[in-house]
Amino acid sequence: MGRTLAEKVWDAHVVHAGDGAEPDLLYIDLHLVHEVTSPQAFDGLRQAGRPVRRPDLTIATEDHNVPTEDIDLPIADEVSATQVNTLRRNCAEFGVRSHPMGDSEQGIVHVMGPQLGLTQPGLTVVCGDSHTSTHGAFGALAFGIGTSEVEHVLATQTLPLRPFKTMAITVDSAKGELPPGVTSKDIILAVIAKIGTGGGQGYVLEYRGNAIENLSMESRMTICNMSIEAGARAGMIAPDETTFGYLKGRPHAPRGADWETALDYWRSLRTDAGATFDAEVHIDADALVPFVTWGTNPGQGLPLSGRVPDPSAMSDEGERVATEKALSYMDLVPGTPMREIAVDVVFLGSCTNGRIEDLRAAAEVLRGRSVRDGLRMLVVPGSMQVRAQAEAEGLHEIFTAAGAQWRSAGCSMCLGMNPDQLSPGERAASTSNRNFEGRQGKGGRTHLVSPLVAAATAVRGSLSAPDDLD
Amino acid sequence: MQPFIRHTGVGVPLRRSNVDTDQIIPAVYLKRVSRTGFADGLFSAWRTQPDFVLNSEPFRSGSVLVAGPDFGTGSSREHAVWALSDYGFRVVISSRFGDIFRGNAGKQGLLAAQCDHPDVELLWTLLENEPGTAVTVDLVEKTVRAKHLTVSFAVDDYTRWRLLEGLDDIGLSLRHSESIAEFESARPSWMPTTATVAGD
Repeated sequence: MGRTLAEKVWDAHVVHAGDGAEPDLLYIDLHLVHEVTSPQAFDGLRQAGRPVRRPDLTIATEDHNVPTEDIDLPIADEVSATQVNTLRRNCAEFGVRSHPMGDSEQGIVHVMGPQLGLTQPGLTVVCGDSHTSTHGAFGALAFGIGTSEVEHVLATQTLPLRPFKTMAITVDSAKGELPPGVTSKDIILAVIAKIGTGGGQGYVLEYRGNAIENLSMESRMTICNMSIEAGARAGMIAPDETTFGYLKGRPHAPRGADWETALDYWRSLRTDAGATFDAEVHIDADALVPFVTWGTNPGQGLPLSGRVPDPSAMSDEGERVATEKALSYMDLVPGTPMREIAVDVVFLGSCTNGRIEDLRAAAEVLRGRSVRDGLRMLVVPGSMQVRAQAEAEGLHEIFTAAGAQWRSAGCSMCLGMNPDQLSPGERAASTSNRNFEGRQGKGGRTHLVSPLVAAATAVRGSLSAPDDLD
Repeated sequence: MQPFIRHTGVGVPLRRSNVDTDQIIPAVYLKRVSRTGFADGLFSAWRTQPDFVLNSEPFRSGSVLVAGPDFGTGSSREHAVWALSDYGFRVVISSRFGDIFRGNAGKQGLLAAQCDHPDVELLWTLLENEPGTAVTVDLVEKTVRAKHLTVSFAVDDYTRWRLLEGLDDIGLSLRHSESIAEFESARPSWMPTTATVAGD
């Protein structure tokens, strides 16, 4: 019997096999750390007198809290400053490499790992952040953990875990390519709308099919990133020539003879022909269109050409009540065409869509156009490397000429832990990953969109695709 | 960790599904560097609404939260568990939990008890009709009892054992130190480390 990709990676990391009642003890190859979910973990180590077992498999950066302007000044918010300073102190005390604000490698932890070449096929990767699933785009088994588990990995470099179930999500197209204007963000929003925010619970999702194989690494990361929004612990894509091409020459990628050895191993990381998944889902890529959310969870999405749903037409009581609550929070009227929903803010960034390809796509739409009067657009690169690359390509000039704000790297308005927040009642089109109530600022309203839709929306002022522009 | 065997307290009906961790505690409250002091942030947006269940007696002092499906989805923040515990909750009942939330709860002594949704509905009706009803959650028997109602719940055996014994995960894993060292010595040398290299 064959094994799936997820099972192969799991099996290669079992330190101690559980006996059924007891879970397996799994080795962790890479532990990413940021300032929000780590202070209590380091404190736990200190209290127990434990060291970090493998500082050489651990790396930290500052992302959730950091301001994205005036980064050369001290952080104005005292509590944010305390958290950032606590991480710096902990990294110094425990010998953990860190890329603080101002460093050329600083950025969102899930952008930093891949760009350094640390994220590689077949690894187990964890971080105290649910969007760790991003790294699964390389064929790594990567998942988010809580602070107690952060402490556990720091102390033991292992985690006690039960095997996840496996789900294949096959995205096929007759020609192997996505329809014009459709991005990987639209694929994953369509997947979540199809299986629901709980549909992936307990599963590792493996994305496959020719529409996935033809995606760039950055687009693959966008898909794996939002696996958690479908309730899954992880998302994976089998490594292939695209993966190897992305990795080759990066600072931490293997070199010389090691590269060949690694390639041999990485090529074995595919689901065997005879393997079975616990569940299978099929998506017809040719039927995909730009997707946007209307509600307060990422499963509440529909095609941009659609209309705000009508709860009174719903037979399921739970669904009707949930829809009514969401529409009331979002201040939307059933039946309104999505394209007529005007927004106040456009946010381009986050670990979902803050990579260079995302910035290029949005810049192409904005070239020679202007952000609509009265609308605020923030462009926040996922890392300082992405920012530098964008500036080398002149993208920042397109954004600023259009009237958008060009910022430094961080999580920013994805979750509003820094000053980048929506005001109560403000509505945003956002390339981030969560449209929960108050996520981007208390009372703020979020529509999740792709970078193309974000840019077109900034120009027209209401939810739009590039095709809607003159 | 304090062992959890059984707990009796006021049941709180939270008639909402998809209660994500941003609702349990918004990001602006995550800036503390301690494990305590998060109770103020619990459900902070909803607590500004007068008709929110925790704003009325006797629910204000409740310790058994009965919620709709998909409780604790979203972010990995363990602060959600700390906020619930800090407020005084010992048990959350739902028909489905976010995976990371459930794991975090088990590590902090907060019992995430999974009941069938029809049973959650029965509990909601009872708690709303008779506010202040005491609910007893028994981890040995895996039952929830309130007045005439007794329903069973599911929790994985390992978490149950650890909660009953009050065991610390790190200590349990460190019993396998030799296996960990053995595994490490067999790892291929080409695998990446975070030690600074040329080009960093």
